Formats: sequence, structure tokens, C-alpha cells
Amino acid sequence: MFRDAWLIAGKDLRIEMRSRVGLNQIVPFAVTVLVLFAFALDTDQEALRTYAPGLFWVTVLLAALLAIGRSFAVDLADGAADRLLLSGIDPISVFGGKAAAIAVQLVVLEVLLGAGVVLLFDVTVHRYGLLVCAGLAAAAGVATAGTLYGALVAGLGVRETLLPLLLLPVVAPVLIGATRAFQDAFGVAGAEGWAWLGLLAGFAAIYGVFGAFSYGALLEEA
Amino acid sequence: MESAVRLRAAVTLLGRFPALAGVDLDITPGEIVLLKGPNGAGKTTLLRLCAGLCSLSTGQGWVLGHDLNSERRMVRRRVALLGHRTGLYDDLTVTENVSFWARAAGADSIDVDEAMERLSLTGRLADTRVARLSAGQRRRASIASLVVRRPELWLLDEPHAGLDQQTRDTVDALVRGAAAAGATVVLATHELERIAVLEPRVVSVVGGVVRADDDPADSESPDPSSEAEDDRRVS
Amino acid sequence: MTTATTESTGTGDGIPATTSSRATKVLGWLTLAGFAVLVALAFAWVPEDTRITEQGDVVGQFDAVRLMFVHVPSAILAYTGFGLTFLASLAYVRWRTDWWDMMAHASAEIGVVFGVLTLVTGSIWGRPTWQTWWEWGDVRLVTTLVMVLVFVGYLAVRRIPADAVVQARRSAVIALVGAVNIVIVNRSVDWWENRTLHQQSTLIARKIRDETLFTLSFSFAVGMVLFAWLLLHRFRMAYLQRQIEELEVDEALAERRAEAGMSETQGGRP
Repeated sequence: MFRDAWLIAGKDLRIEMRSRVGLNQIVPFAVTVLVLFAFALDTDQEALRTYAPGLFWVTVLLAALLAIGRSFAVDLADGAADRLLLSGIDPISVFGGKAAAIAVQLVVLEVLLGAGVVLLFDVTVHRYGLLVCAGLAAAAGVATAGTLYGALVAGLGVRETLLPLLLLPVVAPVLIGATRAFQDAFGVAGAEGWAWLGLLAGFAAIYGVFGAFSYGALLEEA
Repeated sequence: MESAVRLRAAVTLLGRFPALAGVDLDITPGEIVLLKGPNGAGKTTLLRLCAGLCSLSTGQGWVLGHDLNSERRMVRRRVALLGHRTGLYDDLTVTENVSFWARAAGADSIDVDEAMERLSLTGRLADTRVARLSAGQRRRASIASLVVRRPELWLLDEPHAGLDQQTRDTVDALVRGAAAAGATVVLATHELERIAVLEPRVVSVVGGVVRADDDPADSESPDPSSEAEDDRRVS
Repeated sequence: MTTATTESTGTGDGIPATTSSRATKVLGWLTLAGFAVLVALAFAWVPEDTRITEQGDVVGQFDAVRLMFVHVPSAILAYTGFGLTFLASLAYVRWRTDWWDMMAHASAEIGVVFGVLTLVTGSIWGRPTWQTWWEWGDVRLVTTLVMVLVFVGYLAVRRIPADAVVQARRSAVIALVGAVNIVIVNRSVDWWENRTLHQQSTLIARKIRDETLFTLSFSFAVGMVLFAWLLLHRFRMAYLQRQIEELEVDEALAERRAEAGMSETQGGRP
């Protein structure tokens, strides 16, 4: 099971390394969104610093939508999705592999974007441990919920428009939790960051289990 | 002896369209079956049904002894379906694609080398990204990634369509090889004369049902009445 | 529209041509009568909400309190609808029958309608009483909003033409995730702001007047009858729609077989 998940994750990540869609398109998009936030907030450095955690996570969620869509588009491009079904790999492994690959991409995105926030919005990090843990847990949560919904809309012609509508309300708690944890880590607001980390981890665990067990039923196209 | 494929009043709906409208079909192991019929007759759906990718709306079916209503996952891992799409990843090289599908099917790296050799995907071609291949080379890479699975039932959907001479010969060799190895082959193709030398059993698919099986002896001169119907459908 | 379509094809095959029945007629009239009584009670019988503080000031919600008789039952109906969708989806996963799938669909639609009504009336009520149209820190408000959004997505998926089984499966997953989600959202918003403007359990605390309490209970009863009435109609509509689809499929099958030149019917739907 883990061998197969590893195989799928390796394949997805290798494709992303090769195609550089993430690096050449998704990351620049995310940075652009950060810049737009700065324009929208009227170059008010104080406001930017205060709202940096929230702006950071909204940007991550928007970019995650693209990464999730991309992960499934690669399989659908030339019939590989059917071959995956025919390969006999356990759907739980496919789910695990795809979610892991998306999570890794999100972590890379977070690191790059985090640097962007530090540079552009002038924030300072007070608690590195919390920052790293919250970043990882949030990435896992978004990746598991995203993989579940990505599979749900994968076969549909309207998937690009449907995925945001379905996924964003579901990952709203991640936004709340991760924002609070980062506020604590950046020292811009007194929040109980570690408690919020618990919420993020719980979210990832719930959607990991739920996704793993419903993935097979969702992929089983008629 | 157990049938390779056994369908009874099989109906498959694609949305509300009955692609298959009550198919009865028996294929014995080791047989080569040629599906003949006009476009839109249901050949592709029939092949996908046999692969376990489409579901039965009503009726019953067994492939390699597994029930199509309840054991589709068992069916899937024992068959190979070569469709219009190649099932390859554009950004990976030929070798990476073939080994990925080989490992997904639990095959060894020796199988990969052998399959690549058989489909003459050697040398520089092996390390070329699939996106840069010609249509024929893609098809060969696609076949290689199916060969490694050692399927018991080959389902080939228009395997000759739009290919160069070398690849067409490769496809013929594949069918011969599979048959020689005792696998069952079901293929849909318009290139009847290429396959005729293999003396397949010809099955006509028209309007989502299977017509009374033609006599194998007639295979080289297709039934004139159904040809007339083909023309009507196309025009 | 459904009625008109089934009139010709339906009756011959023993399919009722309407979603109406004696039960729904009774429920419909009950709803109407109940609503008339409710309006009378709410406007004529229930007094304004006023209280005199120790300083002698007159405070309270005044006439705005009457919105309660729409807002609170709407909220309850919305959550009943979503709850029923969740249970029906669970039942679908267990038994895999069309019946539960149609039930989930019907109740989700009613849930969304009343969910939106809840948000709108709540917002209107909030303006005079909380001096704001919307309060982000309020747990129930935000939870309801996210819930409605989840089920708007659910209905969007429902509207996409797809194989019935695939659609039922997809929808069930969304409904189940939605239910889990609502708990998580509720908890996280609660921790997020940890405050609510909503009056906590005024019913239990008995701070509420007897007339108001009676009218509120009465509005619940009317709401429940309305819910049953809508659900029956919506469910039957879904049922008729399936019947039409099946007839269409049978027709398509016959055509397809005719195309094959077969005179005898072979196979067919059981």
C-alpha cells in the first residue's frame, strides 16, 4: 500500500519537476496576488503587517486550487486516469500518493510565499517551531480535502469552476486555524497558536481518513 | 472451459444513451475476435465494458471468471485496454512511463527492458519525453506499457488508426504474439485485411447489439448486407 | 411543468400525473391556515418587546421581535433539511437505493431555501437589534452561512447531468463531508472569536413572555407542516423525473435496437 502511494507521489512530483508548471505559473501567480493585496491595502505597511497571516493563507488557498486542478488534469490529459483504474492499485494508495504530492508542492509554495511575505510585508517571525508545524499541518489538510474534491469533480466538464465552490467552504477552518497560528508566530496578535495547530492536525486527519475511504467510490466512473 | 468473456443481455447506458442495448456474447480463452461495425455502433463501449471501465446498467457479464456487476476491480488488473488515448504522461520519458506502469502492475524491471526491446523503443528514443514523440512512437510506448502487465485479455480499440507502417506491423505482431502466448484478443478495427490472416472470429456490432456471429470462413469477405448498413449510417 | 409532461406519457403506464395527493392537499391547506393564524398572532396578539430598566429607560426590540416568528422556524427548517440530507446520504451509502438519493436531494433543496431565508431575515432583524447587518464573530451566523454555501455547491453538483449512480455517490460524499465540515466550522468559529450576539437559550430561561412563547411554538408547528408539504411535493417530483427518464431510456433502447434491425425485443430493463 505505501509502496504504491510512494510510486504515485513520485510520479506526480517528477511530472511537476519536469513541467515546472508550479514554479513557472503557480508561484508567480501567488506572488502576484500578494502584490495585489498590497495595492488594495494602499501601501499601508502597518495594515499589511497586521493582516499578513490572513493574506498569506488566502493566497495559499487560491494557489492550491490551481495545484489540485493541475494534479488531476495531468492524469486526464491522455487517458492515464483510466490506466490508473486498470492498474489495480488500491484507491487508498492513489489517494495517499496524490495528496502527498500536492502537500509537498504546497509546502514549497508556502516557503517561497513566506519569504515573499517577510520581504514585502515586513513581518518578523517570533516562533519558528509553530510556523513550521502550522505550515505543514495546513498543507496536509488542504491537500487531503483538495484531493478528495479534486477526484469528485475530475470527470466533469465544469471542474475548474466547481472545484472552488466546493472546496473553499470546506477548507475555511484551515484558513481560520492557520491564520491564527501564524498571527501568533508573527507576534501580531496574541492567539493560542499551538491550540490552533491541534485544529489543523485534526482537520488533516479527518479528511485523510474520509478521503481514503471514499476515494474508490468516487473514481469508480460508470 | 470457462469463458474469457460472457455477456448476457448486457445494457450499458452512457448518460441516457444506450450505447449497448442488450449484448449477448461468448468468447472462449485464446480466441481472436474481430469486432466489426459502423462508427457509433458500440464497439468502444463494448471493449470498455469488458475492461471493467463501464458498468452494466442491466444484464449480466463475466470477464475471466469475474462478475462485471460486483468484481470489476478484479477484471481490471487482468486485462489490457489500448484505446484512442495512450495513457502516457507527456512530461515523462518513454522509459519512465513504461516503468511507472510496470511498477503499478507489480512487474519487474526486466519486463520493462524486454517490452521496450520488443517495441523497438531503444537508444535515444527511450530517454525522450513522450511529448516529443510521433503518433506512431506514442502508440508503441503505450503498447509497451501494456505488455509489461502480461494481460490475459487484450482489448484493442482501432489499434491501427492513424499510424505509420512500422507501428501497424508492430500491432499485428503484438496480436500474433499475444495469441501465440495463449491470451485472448478482442479488437475493433477497420483494417479487416490486415487481421484476416490471423483468421479471427468476426462479430458484427450494430446499433448497440451483437448480430449473429459471422462464420469465420466469411471473414475475408464481410457480409454485404451489413456493409450496406454501414454506408447508410455514415451518409 | 412536471405535471404537463407526465400527463400524456404517465397515466397510461400507471404513473401519477401530478405530485399532489390527498395528504399534500391536507398539508397545504393546513399550512395556509396555520400561516394566517400565525400572522394574526404575531401582529395582533404578541405585544412589543419592551422592558423597563432600573433606571427607568424603556429598552427592548419593540416590533422587530416579530421577525422571530419567521427567522427562528426558518433556521430550524434549514437545519432539519440539512440534517435529513445527511441522514438520507448515510442511508444511501448503506443501502444504495434511489429512494434515499431522492430524499437527500429533496431535503437539501428545501434546506437551502430556508437557509437563505434564515440569513436574510436574520440580517434584517440584526439591523435594529444589534445595530449591524452582519456580525462575523457570531458563531451561528457564520456556521449557517458556510453550511448554505456547502449545500449550494451540493445542488450545483446535482444539476450536472451524469449517470444516476455516479451522481448519487458524489452527492452523498459532499453531504457527508458537509456534515463533518459544519462541526469543524462551528468549533473553529467558536474558538476564533469566542463570542456570540445571539441570545442564549431564552426559551429555557423563561425571560420570554407567554404570548411570545406560544406564538413561537406555533410557528414551529406551522413550519414543520410546511416542511412536510414541500418535501412530499419535491420528493414526488424527483420520483416522476426518474420515471420520465426511465421511459426515455426504454424509448432510446427500442430505437437503438430498431437501428440494429432487430424485430424481437431482447434483454431490456427488469
